[in-house]
Amino acid sequence: MAKFTAKPKDLINIDYTPPKTEWMDTPTEIREHMFCHATKAKDLETVEFPNIHEWRPQDEDWNLPANWEQIVLQGMQDLLKKYRSFQLFMDICVRCGACADKCHFFIGSGDPKNMPVLRAELLRSVYRGNFTLAGKILKKIAGARELTPSVIKEWWYYFYQCTECRRCSVFCPYGIDTAEITMMARELLNLLGLQLGWIGGPVANCYMKGNHLGLEPHTIKSSVEFFLDDIKEITGITIEPTFNRKGAEILFVTPSGDLFANPGTYTAMGYLMLFHELGLDYTWSTYASEGGNFGFFTSNEMAKRLNSKIYAEAKRLGVKWILGGECGHMWRVIHQYMDTWQGPADFLQEPVSPITGTKFENAKATKMVHIAEFTADLIKHNKLKLDKSRNDHLVVTYHDSCNTSRGMGMLEEPRYIINNVCNHFHEMPEDTIKEKTFCCGSGTGLNASENMELRMRGGLPRANAVKYVKEKHGVNMLANVCAIDRATLSASVDYWVPGTAVCGTHELVANALVMKGEKERTLDIRLEPLPGKEASE
Amino acid sequence: MKMLLPFVAVMALAAAALMAVNVANLHFLFGVIIPYIAFAVFVGGFVYRIVKWASSPVPFRIPTTCGQEFSLPWVKQNKIENPSTAAGVIIRMALEIFLFRSLFRNIKAELRDGQKIVYGSDKWLWLAGLAFHWTFLVILVRHLRFFVGDVPMCIAALEHLDGFLQIGVPMLYITDGVILAAIGYLFIRRVLLPQIRYISLPADYFPLFLIAAVVISGILMRYITKVDVVGVKNFTMGLVTFNPVIPATLMQGNGAFFFLHVFLISALFAYFPFSKLMHMGGVFMSPTRNMINNSRMVRHVNPWNYPVHVHTYEEYENDFRAKMKDAGIPVEKE
Repeated sequence: MAKFTAKPKDLINIDYTPPKTEWMDTPTEIREHMFCHATKAKDLETVEFPNIHEWRPQDEDWNLPANWEQIVLQGMQDLLKKYRSFQLFMDICVRCGACADKCHFFIGSGDPKNMPVLRAELLRSVYRGNFTLAGKILKKIAGARELTPSVIKEWWYYFYQCTECRRCSVFCPYGIDTAEITMMARELLNLLGLQLGWIGGPVANCYMKGNHLGLEPHTIKSSVEFFLDDIKEITGITIEPTFNRKGAEILFVTPSGDLFANPGTYTAMGYLMLFHELGLDYTWSTYASEGGNFGFFTSNEMAKRLNSKIYAEAKRLGVKWILGGECGHMWRVIHQYMDTWQGPADFLQEPVSPITGTKFENAKATKMVHIAEFTADLIKHNKLKLDKSRNDHLVVTYHDSCNTSRGMGMLEEPRYIINNVCNHFHEMPEDTIKEKTFCCGSGTGLNASENMELRMRGGLPRANAVKYVKEKHGVNMLANVCAIDRATLSASVDYWVPGTAVCGTHELVANALVMKGEKERTLDIRLEPLPGKEASE
Repeated sequence: MKMLLPFVAVMALAAAALMAVNVANLHFLFGVIIPYIAFAVFVGGFVYRIVKWASSPVPFRIPTTCGQEFSLPWVKQNKIENPSTAAGVIIRMALEIFLFRSLFRNIKAELRDGQKIVYGSDKWLWLAGLAFHWTFLVILVRHLRFFVGDVPMCIAALEHLDGFLQIGVPMLYITDGVILAAIGYLFIRRVLLPQIRYISLPADYFPLFLIAAVVISGILMRYITKVDVVGVKNFTMGLVTFNPVIPATLMQGNGAFFFLHVFLISALFAYFPFSKLMHMGGVFMSPTRNMINNSRMVRHVNPWNYPVHVHTYEEYENDFRAKMKDAGIPVEKE
């Protein structure tokens, strides 16, 4: 596959005119740089997924199983019976089009099949043809179409151009949530063995090794130790975290991305420094070493299988409650799914901050608290000594991650933290933040490298808003609370708005955090000289 | 084609009604039997659809949160857009159903100068949608005068309000004009906006045309052909008391417009449960809107939750015991 070389000025030349032909008569072209590679058979075997076979997206024949049609229709039938959302969302759309220009992929590509309404129609048309009387009799007049192998390809192409961000659902008068529809479509595609490499691999890793990146226990420990060296260099303080320690009060779970690559690693350093400063009685786990859940992008069952480790480990270690790191879809899963799958968590206690005594009422059943909630509470109670000026070289804006804003509603806590650790904070335009926030463009397992055009297109609306505050306020740092954001925004911001960096919120906390016994800081968390505080000659 | 077919269908329905009464004298069929059947189909179909939706469970608590969640005591929660109580959900749903809250949020994204995306408020769809639905409701309620013996005060008051412009005899109802304008807007929008035209199906045009035809036939009857209102009331009271009569005044002359009106309404009723018009019932059941965002506070039960195959800690430790011990990570079995 050729390297993606399109220039931003060409990519933004977007044609929003729909094709002359009706969408049902417009064949889908599987275009280079817009899709991800197929998964390796061995990864699917690890988790016993069905109908594993060799295929390549760019091939004419995808080697679908002989009874593929029956598999899909039976699968649809099952899902319609299991999910009211699916049944309802297949039936009640009036095609008002309010969702159309709300999707980051549509805004960035102009492809009408990226309008949420049309994305859903890709599935609805088959639903009508097979599950409704009108569709069976009136066929195309009723908006129905036949299920063919090209329909399967079209589903695959476009349901992997949706990041389940739910922005469309905010604007829909009936709350139709394309995330639900995409989840169903991906369940169906998964039944046919049509999984992405970038999803199948992390899922298999997470199942066997506890995290998406496949970090083995000793590697997790050595990664953390590597951070500790850096922390020592920055602060002069020696930190000794524990792993898989029984009897700790709190189990800490964060996305493994934070242990692996910049700038997530700086966020991980932030956690380590904060917990050390608090003297928190907590432990990391190498078994439950993944907060995120790529299973969520395959099937409900796989998501549950991966997620099971968090409670299982909390129980085994005998902790009182669980603290979760900065992540987006991890929190959709923990907030809206975990307790339903695995609960009741009666072996844990209602979370209470050992530092402030605050009861986290909003987490009393699930017993898992988001670190932004935890830290905001600390700051509110004046438990942290903070030197905001150590972030003075940064002009910060905040990107709400899709899931924490639209699948949870954690909007103010991160802002409160940032405002208490930074002097220069500016919001992006109102229509691009909070519940109207834009996806980074690479969520739900689309953060591969072979689909870079798709990612840049999907990342355009977010980057465009960053550009606005960069030009207006000189913003040079895009803070967030999401590991995928940290991994992917760097790429899209680099592409569209060069000169803006990306960081987790707790990196900013770590910069500002005045630790007991620390040496005069001359370096920030990235080991770059702190302006104005350079080591004296 | 997507537009022509539904247009022809509505015209055919209209022609069928006019021919049936003018040529074939099928007054009883079109005035009594078909309306009864249509009403039965509407009620039965509506109930069937609701029951069908209700029979699929809501396995997960998936509200789309549009504001700050219930969190720390000093963080100001948005109790309506992100409700943590049933009362909050009731208000959220009421705003959605009566005022189309989500459509009110509508914004338009535009690529400007080929380099920046700008967003602007776009409330026309909200306004037209609201005007259409509310006038439809008022007109429906006004018509109840035909189905009760003595017209209740509230209906009379509504009629009075609707006619407050005091123009013409019979008095011009504001809703008649507004609903036509709203339908017109919704239609023109569908045709003129390229994206919306692209997604539109015959099933989007058909109800628009059908409702427009119902409204137009009603307007014609009231203002132009001047139907015998006393006769109409006798007829409708006959229907509701299951003692159908067709007054002679409706059997002659312009009375055919009345049967046209009744037949188009029958068609709308019968079509309703099998169409997107069911959003009327569906909006109440949408799990992204009608659920409390309290899933970390109160356990939500999935009726089909089932045990799954997991990779246990024991299996994990078996895979990595030596490496864990080397790294000084505690293990269960030495």
